[in-house]
Amino acid sequence: MTFIHFAIILPLIAAFLIAIINKYVKGIHLGWFVLPIPFIIVSYLFTLIPTIRNGETLLLNLNFMPRIGMNFDVYIDGLGLLFAILISGIGTLVVLYSIGYLSNKEKLLNFYIYLLMFMTAMLGVVLLDNVLMLYLFWELTSISSFLLIAFWTTKERSTYGAQKSMIITMFGGFMMLGGFILLSNLTGTFSIREMIIASDSVVGVGAGTLAVVLVLLGAFTKSAQFPFYVWLPDAMEAPTPVSAYLHSATMVKAGLYLVARFTPVFMLSTTWVWTILIVGLITLCWASFNAFIKDDLKAVLAFSTVSQLGLIMSLLGISGLAIVRGANEQIFTVAVVAAVFHIINHATFKGALFMVTGIIDHQTGTRSIKKLGGLMTIMPITFTMTLITSLSMAGIPPFNGFLSKEMFLEAMFEISNSNFSSLASVGFLFPLLAILGSIFTLLYSVKIVMQVFLGEDKKETPKQPKEASALLLISPAILSFLVVLFGLVPNLLTKSIIDPAAMSIINAVEPLNTKISHWHGFDSPALWATVVIILVGATLYYFRDTWIFIYKYIRSNYTINYLYDQGLNYSTIYSNRFTKMVMTGFLRTYMVYIFGFLVVLGLITIIKTGLNLDLSNLAPIGIQDMILVGVILTALLIIMITKSRMVSIIMLGAVGFSMALFFVFFRAPDLALTQLAIETVTTTLFLVCFYHLPKQSKLPEHRKFKLTNFVVAVGVGAVSILIGLSAFSNRLFESISQYHVDHVYDLAAGKNMVNVILVDFRGYDTVFETLVFGIAGIGIYILMRLSINRKDDKNEERAEESRL
Amino acid sequence: MEFITIVLSGILIGAGTYLILSKSVLRIIIGLSVLSHGIHLMLLTMGQLKRGNVPILEDSVTNYTDPLPQAMILTAIVISFALTAFSLVLALRNYKVLGSDDTETMKGAQNEN
Repeated sequence: MTFIHFAIILPLIAAFLIAIINKYVKGIHLGWFVLPIPFIIVSYLFTLIPTIRNGETLLLNLNFMPRIGMNFDVYIDGLGLLFAILISGIGTLVVLYSIGYLSNKEKLLNFYIYLLMFMTAMLGVVLLDNVLMLYLFWELTSISSFLLIAFWTTKERSTYGAQKSMIITMFGGFMMLGGFILLSNLTGTFSIREMIIASDSVVGVGAGTLAVVLVLLGAFTKSAQFPFYVWLPDAMEAPTPVSAYLHSATMVKAGLYLVARFTPVFMLSTTWVWTILIVGLITLCWASFNAFIKDDLKAVLAFSTVSQLGLIMSLLGISGLAIVRGANEQIFTVAVVAAVFHIINHATFKGALFMVTGIIDHQTGTRSIKKLGGLMTIMPITFTMTLITSLSMAGIPPFNGFLSKEMFLEAMFEISNSNFSSLASVGFLFPLLAILGSIFTLLYSVKIVMQVFLGEDKKETPKQPKEASALLLISPAILSFLVVLFGLVPNLLTKSIIDPAAMSIINAVEPLNTKISHWHGFDSPALWATVVIILVGATLYYFRDTWIFIYKYIRSNYTINYLYDQGLNYSTIYSNRFTKMVMTGFLRTYMVYIFGFLVVLGLITIIKTGLNLDLSNLAPIGIQDMILVGVILTALLIIMITKSRMVSIIMLGAVGFSMALFFVFFRAPDLALTQLAIETVTTTLFLVCFYHLPKQSKLPEHRKFKLTNFVVAVGVGAVSILIGLSAFSNRLFESISQYHVDHVYDLAAGKNMVNVILVDFRGYDTVFETLVFGIAGIGIYILMRLSINRKDDKNEERAEESRL
Repeated sequence: MEFITIVLSGILIGAGTYLILSKSVLRIIIGLSVLSHGIHLMLLTMGQLKRGNVPILEDSVTNYTDPLPQAMILTAIVISFALTAFSLVLALRNYKVLGSDDTETMKGAQNEN
């Protein structure tokens, strides 16, 4: 147990502590007590940077469930550290921001407990080496995210969004678990590091490809890739600090982390590489296209997040190619570095943008772009921060978004130029899609700035807008400052964080010595692509009224959201319908099911094993036996067809007495005696009942009913005959009865073997049989004597109430 | 002989099933009785029939029929009698409360609301 193990569960421990604090300390905002926790963690993580920078990694073992290979092993390399710093760093800022954002009237204790739970979960996901533990913490992120989205539980949209995100991410989580189990079967270990070493056994196997698909389903659902992005826009019903933290900077990057982490494991699988690349690009274009038309600021940002995640995902796909083609091909490692750099950049600018949106919402009372306008002079600080972060998101030169976007374009150009045989004809599509996505990114970034802050004040806002308090402004200000800082001095990051992280993605040993320092180069096509993007984007924005009509062609019932809703709706309807169809509530139906399955299973077994009849050793047949058989069959026939209840009771008696006679013929005197006595009593009982029951015995039944009944009955009879015959023909070993015959007198001092077996050899059976008899007697007595009908019941209840 | 008793017990079981599938409660209970007769006969047959004397120890006899199935059937007879008696009284009670012995009309009738 080292400090880093402690740091992972520290937020959970703190969750208990603040519950106590909340009870005894009033008047101070609860967030102030939460604030030190992420701060301590991030400070500690910063002290690890020098170690990681030297190319070292940390592996800290801690046994948790060693018998099933589920250990709390922390593994820190560049990638894990980068994510852990993002989580705890932005976590600190978000807690600070939430102190200003949420008033004391909200359920603060719930909020901070969920948030701390989430923090532990995320740290666990990115720092643990064991796939089972990773899954455990992965699901904890889903659960805490669910709780946070539904924070305002009284709002219907919140619960809808929470449920949706829960269903989709849990689905992905389960698929991912399946992928992990397949992987551990193939490689023989639960540790990711050891999987990387054993990665040869994964590639080229059918199960390996299935594992790729399953793990990718987990990553795509969590990181809101196409077509699973639908939950993210609805998750915007959460409080804004949550949106900023979970749904822009950390949780949605868990899928990216997963892809990055497993890239060395699946390194030689082409399915892996191309799926990631193509899905990422589709997501980028589709989401950025959709973001432009949204009116709600948070919806714009949600689609923007989806598209940026698609961008990073496609870069990670190219990083996989880097491994396929050998790490010495620098062109592909550009993609890795770009991916890592953009993860950092996106976390900074998107976190800031969400916080800014929250400020606007907080200060004006609305997030609708249509109602906002001309806030520049009223909220100058907010405006400055929005401008910086939006331009960074759009990829405009002085800011960090420009650097990573240029690297992204560069990587896309490289891949279209490289000689993958399958790419010869469609290679040009990659840079084209990338540029298209970037143009729309520019469009919606500009839209945020232009339509919220510029133009005239529409004076439609519910509140009179004014500049926010310092408490709200400080967190986005820090992030905006970072955006500028990383834009101007990108090499601050390369050696310390980006390089180690990129090295762990492509499993490289040699230091990369990244090329970010060469960011200014006029001969690169990416620069000209940026120029094209800015020019085309500006033109399109200026003439937006002329082409905006194309959005009208996207009908609401062609969206994936509609598919999801209808899918959920119809699965409810059809499962209800199925239940109603199967569970009719009639005894007969269930009996038909039970007997029908008996027949089907019996027949299948008989057909599979085959009948092996051996009827050579039969007892002789006497004439009296045949007469008895005739009597029983006649009596049965009469029972079946008679309408009179009296006749059927008497015929049942006839069957019973014939059975007693059979027992006589088959040399079972005790049985014959018992059967005679009991049959008499039973017939009497039937007659007693008969006296009280209505005259007509046979209720009218449909012909169809009768036919099914008949088929089922014949089936049951036939199956029991066949089973009886084959059981009789195949005697596997001698009966143990010889023992009873031999020792009935010397051991038990009795001559009647049946009675000795009943009371001596197998006396326990008799004890409990007596008990059954007694219970039946008591039951009958109670049934006869207890005369409560429904009216009395109610009276008694009332009497009970009045007594109370 | 065993072949005939196996077929006969199969017919009894089938007839019992047919009666159990009908609507009237009384016929269901009759079906239950018929079914248990069939099963008792099957049990007895499985221990082979008529292979010796009555299972009561005598000095002169060496060959007895199998006593174990007989003991088991005896237990089964008593238990099925207890069951039949209880279900008959239950049916009677049910008829007095609901005024019907049709299982189809019983659906939902016993709800306490």
